Amino acid sequence: MAFHVPEEYYYTKDHEWAQVDENIVTVGITEFAQDQLGEVVYVDLPEEGQKVTQNQAFGVVESVKAVSDLYAPVSGTIIEVNSSLIDDPSSINDDPNNNGWLVRIEMDSEKELANLMRSPEYKKLTSDK
Amino acid sequence: MSLKTPLYQNHVNLGARIVEFAGWQMPIQYTSLKEEHNATRTHVGLFDVSHMGEIRVKGPKAVETLQWLTTNDVAKLEKGQAQYGLLPNDKGGLVDDLFIYCLDKNADYLVCVNASNKDKDFAWMTKNNKGADITDESSIWGQIAIQGPKAVELCDAIFTDIKISKMNRNEIQVGKFQGHTIMVATTGYTGETGCEVFIQAAGTPALWEALLAHPIKAVPVGLGARDTLRTEMKYSLYGHEIDDTTNPYEALLGWAIKPQAKDFMSKAQIVAAKENGLKRKLIGFKMAERGIPRQGYEIKNSAGQKIGVTTSGTHSVTLDEPIGIAYVETAFSTEGSEIYVDIRGKLIKAVVCKTPFVQK
Repeated sequence: MAFHVPEEYYYTKDHEWAQVDENIVTVGITEFAQDQLGEVVYVDLPEEGQKVTQNQAFGVVESVKAVSDLYAPVSGTIIEVNSSLIDDPSSINDDPNNNGWLVRIEMDSEKELANLMRSPEYKKLTSDK
Repeated sequence: MSLKTPLYQNHVNLGARIVEFAGWQMPIQYTSLKEEHNATRTHVGLFDVSHMGEIRVKGPKAVETLQWLTTNDVAKLEKGQAQYGLLPNDKGGLVDDLFIYCLDKNADYLVCVNASNKDKDFAWMTKNNKGADITDESSIWGQIAIQGPKAVELCDAIFTDIKISKMNRNEIQVGKFQGHTIMVATTGYTGETGCEVFIQAAGTPALWEALLAHPIKAVPVGLGARDTLRTEMKYSLYGHEIDDTTNPYEALLGWAIKPQAKDFMSKAQIVAAKENGLKRKLIGFKMAERGIPRQGYEIKNSAGQKIGVTTSGTHSVTLDEPIGIAYVETAFSTEGSEIYVDIRGKLIKAVVCKTPFVQK
């Protein structure tokens, strides 16, 4: 199965994507990740204003079967949370690359982006599984 | 080592996601856990349960041996009847839970055990044998469970010499499917009507294909939905609700223990725990606040002191809300008791509720 992996996004090895707009980073989970999880039924997301650290867990998504930690692609401050997911997380499955976004982070340093993957590398990671 | 059931290629062809479970390559889901779960509750689901162990206990000492090894009253089983029972160790805990099928009274019994415990069970039964002829037949039999409101109609259409519409729950009949020996048992692990069919391994794919090809359109169901279905019924799963330290009365399995009828392994220790007053009980609970309980999450009181542990938890597909099963101190075990689940360090309120979670 081929997953849509937008070229302009950055990716973590834990299957989060990061869309960078100047110093604001929107974060979601990839199509591959939502397919592995199955139907998401619960999300636990941080509060606005909370600090997050690159590669550290900042929240949780759960399907019927599995619990999966969410890892921050960059360090910074949570400035917005997709609160529509609290009552209805289905867009994480239906539209993970867009409407299923989780949080927006005001990034501390764009140097951290160098630690992330671009789409060709991420595609290779998921095709090996 | 990783074993494949006779249906492995069928699962691959159906596009199933395969995972290793108890040493077997098993389908965890085909299309969607929710769809498979709902199909079983509202239509009919097909489950490959060929990984389960089959142990045959035969001979004039078969009943005496099974009476000693297991907790339920095997002597009461007539030919064609089935019974849930427990296999205690010598310390008052459980080696496994199992189903005993009487194929011929006082002579021939089929014991169906958990895949993950089969070798351990067989060794234990052989070691403590009272003179029966005990054989591990697990490699001989494939097994398909057919469960759901349409299961009876489907099975009656597929099987020529066995009509499950004419059988009561917990019975077994021997017949043929395309020349292969089958044993059709009206048992299951979902709470739905239907049966579990033991079939000679070589015939298993043909039966699977025949069931799928029927116009009723049965839905193949993976282990993911098998677990959510059994959790909704609060059926015990070895390694979750019961293990080698469990007192079965604490697990509320007293209905499968018959100390008045007979002596059995660890009887004194098992019964003593009950007579001395049970310290903990297995309860079902629902969440009063947001969160999904999972196995291993601690149960606490309002002061944050540990009073128990979650054995199974999931998001109930049928009820569309989180449900959990837990051992809690007896004082907190009555319906309506407020308890707290420690979810990632936060105390989330829950309430002890009536079970099964889904009333059938």
